[in-house]
Amino acid sequence: MAKKNIREIAKVIRSKNSSPFEITFDIIFKDLETFNKVKENNLITKSLIASLYKLKEDEIMDIIYFMPALAVKFGMKRIVTSGAPGDTDVYGAQQHGPLLNIELDL
Amino acid sequence: MIRSDILNKNPEKDEFKILSPTAILGYGFPEKSFLNAMEMKPDLIAVDAGSTDPGPYYLGAGVSFTDRLGVKRDLRYILTHGVKNGIPIVIGSAGGSGAKPHMDWCEKIIKEIAMEEKLTFKLGKIYSDIDKKLLTEKFKNQELIPLGIPNVLNLDDIEKTTYVVAQIGVEPFIELLKEGCDVILAGRAYDPACFASLPIMLGYDRGLAIHLGKILECAAIAASPGSGSDCAFGILKKDSFILVPLNEDRIFTTQSVAAHSLYEKSDPVHLPGPGGELNLEDVQFLDIGNGMVEVKGSKYIKSKKNMVKLEGSKKVGYRTITIAGSHDPVMIEKIDSVIDKVKERVNMLLEKENIKGDIFFHVYGKNGVMGRLEPINKAFSYEIGILIEAIADTQENANTICSLTRSTMLHYGYEERISTAGNLAFPFSPSDIKAGEVYIFSIYHLMEITDFSLFKKEIEIVNYC
Repeated sequence: MAKKNIREIAKVIRSKNSSPFEITFDIIFKDLETFNKVKENNLITKSLIASLYKLKEDEIMDIIYFMPALAVKFGMKRIVTSGAPGDTDVYGAQQHGPLLNIELDL
Repeated sequence: MIRSDILNKNPEKDEFKILSPTAILGYGFPEKSFLNAMEMKPDLIAVDAGSTDPGPYYLGAGVSFTDRLGVKRDLRYILTHGVKNGIPIVIGSAGGSGAKPHMDWCEKIIKEIAMEEKLTFKLGKIYSDIDKKLLTEKFKNQELIPLGIPNVLNLDDIEKTTYVVAQIGVEPFIELLKEGCDVILAGRAYDPACFASLPIMLGYDRGLAIHLGKILECAAIAASPGSGSDCAFGILKKDSFILVPLNEDRIFTTQSVAAHSLYEKSDPVHLPGPGGELNLEDVQFLDIGNGMVEVKGSKYIKSKKNMVKLEGSKKVGYRTITIAGSHDPVMIEKIDSVIDKVKERVNMLLEKENIKGDIFFHVYGKNGVMGRLEPINKAFSYEIGILIEAIADTQENANTICSLTRSTMLHYGYEERISTAGNLAFPFSPSDIKAGEVYIFSIYHLMEITDFSLFKKEIEIVNYC
């Protein structure tokens, strides 16, 4: 099986606050076939995300697939609350970078 | 006066058309999109102004995060076209955060426009502010449920929180609509409420009305390509709603609309709001051509208790910053240890002077964007940006800490240093910038509401004809 970079098969990869204390991540695939393959083979896992961010698996919130949008999403608690002293990204919109390196066996 | 044909709509057979001019009041929209929408004869113009996205400062300080000129420009279109055509106008989360000072700010803009454009209308105002006495009582009775906020609430937090607002649901809006208000200005509100109140009052399905409101509150962000600065149009029917593009540059697609229910939400199917949940388990998105999408199956599930979300922030100090950079490979290689040593020295000086405060280094080109979440532990850049941030109990102390940190870092003789004239490149003189008050979210809790009269309402006739 050929490995594919996620950028080839997803059209949106983003992060954003889902509250001032949580960041949510969306990966929206280009087509239904790819979405189904990723979902059926359970290719996006907590352990994968945890390894990319050097976190523990239990720090990653539930991975949810949403077929109408051909999307998979998950979340994590913020280390620093939005806008509190020490925060680096008030909107949480630039925490997605490590996801762009995902390679998947399709 | 609101046109009678709007108020006499029959949800069994009539369509209810809603115009959402822009994602946040003040973000703007193309005139052409707005005029296209007016040709389609909307029954409601609604706009949501609010968000906690820009952080705790704006709520705590009572300041709008959108620009006055932008808000006035948007409102001028909305008010002149709406009032002259008998179309009700509903504005939610005034001034972004929706507390009393934000309401006063927005009300003043509305009245200026009314005077300049010679408009007459019945203005209804709903204040979302929660009285501190009530809040204290609820806290003591353990009736405030924290919503993910890491700090445990105490009485001192409540005391120091400047404004506490509730995300109100449709009920207070419906009350003022029944009083015949042409323009409603509301404090902090659940985003879909300003879109869904009138159709719900007229008997349209609550689940569909709220789901449509949830999409329209972000205006054309749910279109493809998305934009927060363009209009969107929704047609609510008995069993479905339709999204209509207003700009030839964008269309709605089933995926763009469906993806919107992911946006800023931790769960795309169960979307909690005041009094209940929008449930999208059985939702269907259908492409009906011409860039339009029809949505069916959205349901509203009422909860046992009518809970509303409260928001509040408190001041924790003052900030002063310095922006600088380095292009020195030796310094970049050692940046972490340089920062540690600088902090150590500055803290020693501050201790002697009995000045308390915090120092943060944001190192761009290393981990300035992701901070402690950054998985890469090394700077690969040939230059780095260094933002020094000092937070203290007074502006003077923040200035002192920032200044000391800046000068210490500028001349710090780190190991193997080869450049001895100065470690930092400052783009500006003066180098230090007073950034003012610093707030944190102190209240982010659920509270049960049994009596909607706790939200103060005012009605007045604005008459400049």
